[in-house]
Amino acid sequence: MKYMLLLASNPADEPAPDSESFGPYMGEWAAYSEALAEAGAMVAGEALQGADTASTVQVRDGKRIVTDGPFIESKEVIGGYYVIDVADLDEALDWAAKIPNSHFGTVEVRPVMEFDG
Amino acid sequence: MGFADVFRTEWPRLVATLMRDVGDLAIAEDAAQDAFVEASTRWPLDGIPDRPGAWLVTTGRRKAIDQIRRMRRFEDRLPALAADPSTAESGRTASSYADVDREQALDDQLALLVGCCHPALASEAQVALTLRIVAGLSTPQIARAFLVSEETMTRRLTRAKTKIRAANIPFDPPDMDTLAERTGAVCEVISSIFTEGHASATDTALIRGDLCEEAIWLAELLSRLVPTDPEVAGLHALLLLTDARRPSRLDSHGGPILLADQDRSLWDQPMIARGLAELARAHSFHRGGAFQFQAAIAALHATAPTFEATDWPAVLRLYDVLLQRQPSALVALNRAIAIDRVHGPAAAVVALDAILVADDLTGDVDDYVYFHTARSDVLARLGRLDDADAALRRAIECSTNESERSFLRRRRQDLNEVVDLRRPR
Repeated sequence: MKYMLLLASNPADEPAPDSESFGPYMGEWAAYSEALAEAGAMVAGEALQGADTASTVQVRDGKRIVTDGPFIESKEVIGGYYVIDVADLDEALDWAAKIPNSHFGTVEVRPVMEFDG
Repeated sequence: MGFADVFRTEWPRLVATLMRDVGDLAIAEDAAQDAFVEASTRWPLDGIPDRPGAWLVTTGRRKAIDQIRRMRRFEDRLPALAADPSTAESGRTASSYADVDREQALDDQLALLVGCCHPALASEAQVALTLRIVAGLSTPQIARAFLVSEETMTRRLTRAKTKIRAANIPFDPPDMDTLAERTGAVCEVISSIFTEGHASATDTALIRGDLCEEAIWLAELLSRLVPTDPEVAGLHALLLLTDARRPSRLDSHGGPILLADQDRSLWDQPMIARGLAELARAHSFHRGGAFQFQAAIAALHATAPTFEATDWPAVLRLYDVLLQRQPSALVALNRAIAIDRVHGPAAAVVALDAILVADDLTGDVDDYVYFHTARSDVLARLGRLDDADAALRRAIECSTNESERSFLRRRRQDLNEVVDLRRPR
């Protein structure tokens, strides 16, 4: 069963790229992705650029409205996602708890809707 | 054994077995219900079968298979149908069910309980599911117990079952690593069911005994399923020792009678004995826990001949330990009441006022009726009658329960008569 792990955190809580802890932190991410792949649970995963690079689009009455910024303004922003394939919610929650930024951010676990062919 | 007794014992076993068979809670629940409906029409004519459990499982599995077939036909896309009916059909028969070892039946029931109390479900959903799926209460009964409309309760249960199915919340017996954590969650649910029954915040009747009895029954079931967890035994002991005092807790108007004024001859002695035995069992593990300490305090009250003769220094010591483990404002309040008995009202009022400004305690007593009645009581004994009256006024403001409010108004009248007597004429 597939779950999407949506990673939200306050960028201010992340180690800065010029700090000493940045290297090891990136190492944790690499190790995590590798562990997912090794367990055969990895479907997809990407890190996203900062929320200040986000644009939102809405179409209303046939008219396109483009706005600068993410769809929810808050301190915590979506910074990336994984899609994993595991047996059940407990396994998904275990993987979510191992995500490096779950210690200061929030991981939302959502089952992916399956459509039969 | 009558039908009601059979229902009590067999309902959770039946749902748990069907849940393992079909892997879908709604189907298991409906099939179990259908099996009992059939039993209620057949058994009065044919008599209760020798092995009612086996009869119910055979009937329940037939109902489940019928239902899966119907759903297959009409709702082809329902994800629940991942459960393969061919394996269900070739599975255990009634005679082999009788041989299923006791261990498996216990595992299934534990899986059902921890599943209903899964942390991914909202706590009010955990409570509702546990009462419906494990205790076998009907949705209207649960709705009445929680003073919500039947429609609201139906929606709550449906939403929970939808999430269980859609998010694939597993109903598996916990492994050793997570056993304590998962049973801890079940303990919290049982405890909140008891609290709801014991001191209802919203009902006009202060105590709803039916919920207390359900909670005790669930605690007993859990301690049978997990006999090695001291906190489970502690919770069971706590509920028994607390509920034993129920006959003396309300006056004829349905208002509360304080512990000091309760008629102790009304206390349920056999229940106290059961509670003490359960507490001894909890204690035998030599591992303390919050429920066990609370049970020990309840035991000191339950066995004291009078309020005054209670071993208050021991009560206070237990609250000291409990407060360290569970730094909550509520525990601090109860500790302050014990301080009052041991060191007097002056020390108690200091302890009570400290709670309001403490920042290391969880919860808040500022809106809590009993905080202000306790504070009023110690202030009155210190001769600070105006402050005592102000505290009672605050208690009345905080109360959401009519019988409690009229009780508090009577207390305020009594207090003001004293004030009037003291006023120079």
